Amino acid sequence: MADALISPVVGGTMMAATACVAAYSIKKVQNDLDDKKVPLMGVMGAFVFASQMINFSIPATGSSGHLGGGMLLAILLGPYAGFLTMASILLIQALFFGDGGLLAYGCNVFNLGFYTCFIAYPFIYKRITRKGLTSGRIFGASMVSSILGLQMGAFSVVLETLFSGKTELPFNTFALLMQPIHLGIGIVEGLVTAAVVNFIWKARPEILEHTAAGTTFGRIPIKKVLTGILVAAIAIGGFVSWFASSDPDGLEWSMERTAGTTELKASESTVHNMLANIQSKTAFLPDYGFKTATGNKTDSYAGTSISGIVGGALTLGLAGLIGLVISVFKKKK
Amino acid sequence: MSKIVDSMYNIRLLDDLARKDTAIHRIHPVPKLLTTIVYLIVVVSFNRYEISGLLPFVIYPMVLILLAELPVMPILKRLLMVEPIIIGIGILNPVFDPKGWITFASIMMKCGLTVTACLILVSTTGLDKIAQALRTLKVPGIFVLQLLLTFRYISVLIEELARMVRAYALRAPQQKGVRLKDCGSFAGQLLLRTFDRAQRVYDSMKLRGFSGDYHSYGKSNVTGKDIIYLMAWSLFFIIARIYDIPAFLGLLFEGMSNT
Amino acid sequence: MSHYKLKVRNLHFSYPDGHEAIKDISFTIYPGESVGIIGENGSGKSTLLLLITGVLFPDKGEVIVGDVSVTKKSLAMIRQRLGMVFQDSDDQLFMTTVFDDVAFGPRNYNLDEKEVKARVDEALDMVGIPHLKDRAPFKLSGGEKRAAAIAGVLSMKPDMLIMDEPTSGLDPKSRRRLINTLKGFSHTKIITSHDLDMVLETCDRVIVIKDGEVAANGTTQEILTNQELLEKCGLEVPLSLQKCPVCGMIKWRPFTN
Repeated sequence: MADALISPVVGGTMMAATACVAAYSIKKVQNDLDDKKVPLMGVMGAFVFASQMINFSIPATGSSGHLGGGMLLAILLGPYAGFLTMASILLIQALFFGDGGLLAYGCNVFNLGFYTCFIAYPFIYKRITRKGLTSGRIFGASMVSSILGLQMGAFSVVLETLFSGKTELPFNTFALLMQPIHLGIGIVEGLVTAAVVNFIWKARPEILEHTAAGTTFGRIPIKKVLTGILVAAIAIGGFVSWFASSDPDGLEWSMERTAGTTELKASESTVHNMLANIQSKTAFLPDYGFKTATGNKTDSYAGTSISGIVGGALTLGLAGLIGLVISVFKKKK
Repeated sequence: MSKIVDSMYNIRLLDDLARKDTAIHRIHPVPKLLTTIVYLIVVVSFNRYEISGLLPFVIYPMVLILLAELPVMPILKRLLMVEPIIIGIGILNPVFDPKGWITFASIMMKCGLTVTACLILVSTTGLDKIAQALRTLKVPGIFVLQLLLTFRYISVLIEELARMVRAYALRAPQQKGVRLKDCGSFAGQLLLRTFDRAQRVYDSMKLRGFSGDYHSYGKSNVTGKDIIYLMAWSLFFIIARIYDIPAFLGLLFEGMSNT
Repeated sequence: MSHYKLKVRNLHFSYPDGHEAIKDISFTIYPGESVGIIGENGSGKSTLLLLITGVLFPDKGEVIVGDVSVTKKSLAMIRQRLGMVFQDSDDQLFMTTVFDDVAFGPRNYNLDEKEVKARVDEALDMVGIPHLKDRAPFKLSGGEKRAAAIAGVLSMKPDMLIMDEPTSGLDPKSRRRLINTLKGFSHTKIITSHDLDMVLETCDRVIVIKDGEVAANGTTQEILTNQELLEKCGLEVPLSLQKCPVCGMIKWRPFTN
């Protein structure tokens, strides 16, 4: 998910949902503590970051894939620490590599961390490996949970994009595009995760046993399920309240949110008034909407094109001028 | 291998830039972070058909790049590396809507502006100061500490990984990347080293009095200048959001040329 | 500066996999002394240091700092007295800037920021790297990293410095600088190393460990010139005490004058 594809409302809602899950996870990690986990989380985050750069060649396809890491973090650190670790990896990626972005940060942590750590891990991975670890069970559990975790994440991306309304893509098409792509990615992720977990299980079984013992996720699921539902409710509540708002485009609503008031309409009309004033003074331009917003698009585009292009050029020229002044000023200093 | 080198180079470069000393670098990290967030929210709040309204928002990154003396090419390069993903989704728009090209252009512009804003934030602030800002904004110490640790050990582990990849590649000259059947022991080895290192890091933290809590910076104070920075930019963003400046300028221009 | 003696009494330790790393070790280190602990790879040196600092706890026997036995309860107090410098500086430089890293210890003891800053500056001065204050650890050279790691320990004002292989991986110049720095400290020092020439220069006394036991304990002169003992323990006489391969002379005789 990227900043460019989301609306402030979707970004904000997902950020809130992520913050809730993160706050809960921090509390859990702190209670379990075991302050040993803190450096382990940090260094594991660095590991996932580094391991994403290993290209594994996939036999018979000529292509290569790498580890995503969500499931691996959940399996090795437990869901809470795993989620938090994923959150810091993604923050560094957003800041240093421009992957994702700060507004979409909540979406990304949720998509890659929540479904893996809080759904795929407890309900799939733990279920399959409940009767004790075997090489086969680890393989199956890693495969299935990785694939499903990623499918949920991908679907979440589709929903977020759709609700944001920043693209024209119809739901069906987008979903039909995303899900199969992520099926492929999920299989690779599952294979790599399974191989790594199996290796660890053979080399240092105590690591896996420790995590399993540390988080009694399987035994008292009710509280956890309730938490999950609560979080989902917050997230869905955010979406629904947005959806229920008068304008399904989401733009107005998001503006209300941004400005904290419902003054967008008012300000728009001020723009109109002002422009109308100018119009009446110049008495030249025909009567059409200058705000190239959602409204009657087709006509207004043709109409505004000339003044739009000129205005755009002027704006950029102005920007260039400001830049020039700054650099001259800087040089003099 | 190129990916490894690239990410190391990128982290080092941004870290170097963050240690410069310019007017922008000296601004308190909290207002700087907030300004960036306001900028992102405003840019992203434009609808999918908007292009001209986004143009004035070029001013923010441009002014910052100049004032903070950031090099343009590395930022553009990074931008080009991120864009393909966005292009992938954006390019489908024209297929579904005749005006999809406008949507596409709008998305591309937003992507350029938002990514640049993030890169500018980190290269004028540095992760240590951003962490300080997060602490000031009441983000729990545990999270901030493990964020810092992740960042710190990325370079250590990437160097370790680079050695492993080199050793593997030298003995497997016929293939690209690591074979899938080796991936368990390959990534697993790195992971085991990671665990051992985590243990040693933990020991060294314990020996210096770590008790599960992270005590960060004594807070440096936000000055009037910092507030003005935040306020002035926010005001500009909001004005540029509400009034379509290019349309206004275009109108003025036509008005003038016609009188 | 140092008023505590360190006593190690009948220490035993086995790792969970059953490997018996330390089998009955006893010695005493007096305030202000500088003691080298030497022995071949796997002889138990590093484990011994972990036991002294309370990272690991012995199966039998005890470690006494001053008059306090190292137990889980006394750890916080003991650790303020002991400063441990790790073999791999990267394990110890875990913060994102040198300043933050050196400040990590003092901040954990809740000193106010002014005092923290004063201590950091002092520690950086002591190891000669005040100019690296704002640098990120990953951009430092090996020698600079080692110096920063030592500063991170000095800022806690310990009575005793414990160092695991302080000269490993350093180039000759950095090594020389480190040796001079170490000589300048008045702390009680415990140094493990394979760099016997460094031990020769910096330590008054040497303890040789072999297979988890003390093989010898005596003055540096006594031990580092005892070829038979050293070779039996997988070591050799320091280069500077060996005969010159060209002229057959011993160039440097630190103990004769």
